[in-house]
Amino acid sequence: MTVRVARNIPFYVVCVVIAAVFLFPLLWSAVASVQGQAGTGQSQGVGLGNYQVLASFGAGLWHYLFNSAVVSTLTVLGTLVVSTFGGYAFARFQFPGRRALFLLTLSILMVPYATILVPLYVILGLVDLQDSLIGLSLVMVMFQLPFATYMMRISFEAVPREMDEAAQIDGANTFGVLYRILLPAVRPGMITVGLFAFLASWNDFVAPLILLSDGSKFTLPLAVVSLEHESFGVINYGALEAGVVVTAIPCLFLFLVLQRYYVRGFMAGAIHG
Amino acid sequence: MPFNGMVGWAYAAPTAAIVGGLFIAPLVMMAWMSLNHWPLIGDHDFGGLDNYRAVAHNDLVVQAVGFTLEYTLVVTVVLTVLGLGLALLVQEGHRGVGIFRTAFFLPTSVGLAAASLLFLGLYSVQIGPLDPFFRQIGLAHGEIDWLGTPASALFSSIALIVWRFAGFDMILLLVGLSRIPTDLYEAARIDGASWIQTFRRITLPLLRPSLAMVLILTITGSLLAFDQFYILTRGGPANSTVSIVIVIYREAFTRFNLGTAAALSLLTMAALVALNSVQLRLLRGESN
Repeated sequence: MTVRVARNIPFYVVCVVIAAVFLFPLLWSAVASVQGQAGTGQSQGVGLGNYQVLASFGAGLWHYLFNSAVVSTLTVLGTLVVSTFGGYAFARFQFPGRRALFLLTLSILMVPYATILVPLYVILGLVDLQDSLIGLSLVMVMFQLPFATYMMRISFEAVPREMDEAAQIDGANTFGVLYRILLPAVRPGMITVGLFAFLASWNDFVAPLILLSDGSKFTLPLAVVSLEHESFGVINYGALEAGVVVTAIPCLFLFLVLQRYYVRGFMAGAIHG
Repeated sequence: MPFNGMVGWAYAAPTAAIVGGLFIAPLVMMAWMSLNHWPLIGDHDFGGLDNYRAVAHNDLVVQAVGFTLEYTLVVTVVLTVLGLGLALLVQEGHRGVGIFRTAFFLPTSVGLAAASLLFLGLYSVQIGPLDPFFRQIGLAHGEIDWLGTPASALFSSIALIVWRFAGFDMILLLVGLSRIPTDLYEAARIDGASWIQTFRRITLPLLRPSLAMVLILTITGSLLAFDQFYILTRGGPANSTVSIVIVIYREAFTRFNLGTAAALSLLTMAALVALNSVQLRLLRGESN
């Protein structure tokens, strides 16, 4: 045992050094957000001065957090509902246009995200959803659909059909089969889909930048960037790093708790390439 | 199929509505807008191919295409090599290897916009820790201008992207590595193959699908780079880090020419779809 560990020392040294490089920026931003520094919200000592600056910036930190929470919740729920029904349809039903609709959904991946935002901006204007958190969430659901639909389809296909048939014999209709029999079985797939939808919608920057114009509707990343862009050369870096910390913490937390579901998503993608 | 067809449509209807309304409709709209003079506010009128002519005569577009290709080439090489290196490093069952995987992978959960802001602080003269560190170890004197010259701005953006995405590529490649049957390595060991031989003859060929996936994702992502050049370098210094998507954004929302932005979007999309289908074909040809 001791011999094996000794032989592995170079391995651990290399890993620790690389891990330090990867973790350093995260740790530094947390320290920089509370440490006293001239020209920031915390000029000396250690404290929450930068977070106070952030709390009173623009419409206020809580307001932006609320906007981000609304968009993320709507995106996660919307993605789950649409992709669960869709995955069920593609996995268990034969209907005209089934193959075409599935391929069309996957082809969203082929189209570069940023390039269809300009026409989307115009289209959302036609239905009065420009500059709206609901419109933004709908767009995010659309961008999540290729991965989510694929993930839910293979989750449903992994459940043996005998389970559906047994329930049908007992008199369950298609919705009953889905709700009582299949949903518990595809729950891991739903957690993966929900996690991806949350991380994408909480962190996205381009779509809110283009689709939102009213400052009071800004999501958190957009608000923190505007804190930087509206400072005219005198950037309060302390408050900036406080904004980074607030934005990153929910993602780091969820990621650490749900890591195995996250990796599951990668495995699913790798099967079909 | 056990169930009746029309019931299937009912379950697929939400998907169809989203795909139709928010994907197909914008694509058609994009094509239509590209043929019109379309200001941000006010009426639009038909302009034929005017927008495409404007794109062809825009020097910034030419410069942005060049810069984006250069950036894509460097990022793709660096990220693929580093991702593969990390995957090989933490592939084997050393004690505690999971902790290192998590550490390398952790930046992936931070959004690119937040990561760009984080690095803006890291590179800043006011609170950045890098300058004092490099002075301390004697590698630098005075201030280092991390974002002030075209070369340093490019380097600093790439460092950010490597930090944010290397772990992502590592996981994709780890999944690929775990699918290589261990008895192949066992046979190579018995035959007395060296590490290099094993890597070239077994690992690389069998890892091809995963490597191709990493390449496709990295190339597509880099060609569409936006956040880092909007937040970290703001396209500067002197427009040296203006990417294609930055031009599309500026055309639409600082010059208010939605028509030209749509034309440029359509051209970018066509190029990417073509590129992706070539890559997918290569990938499919290789795995057969």
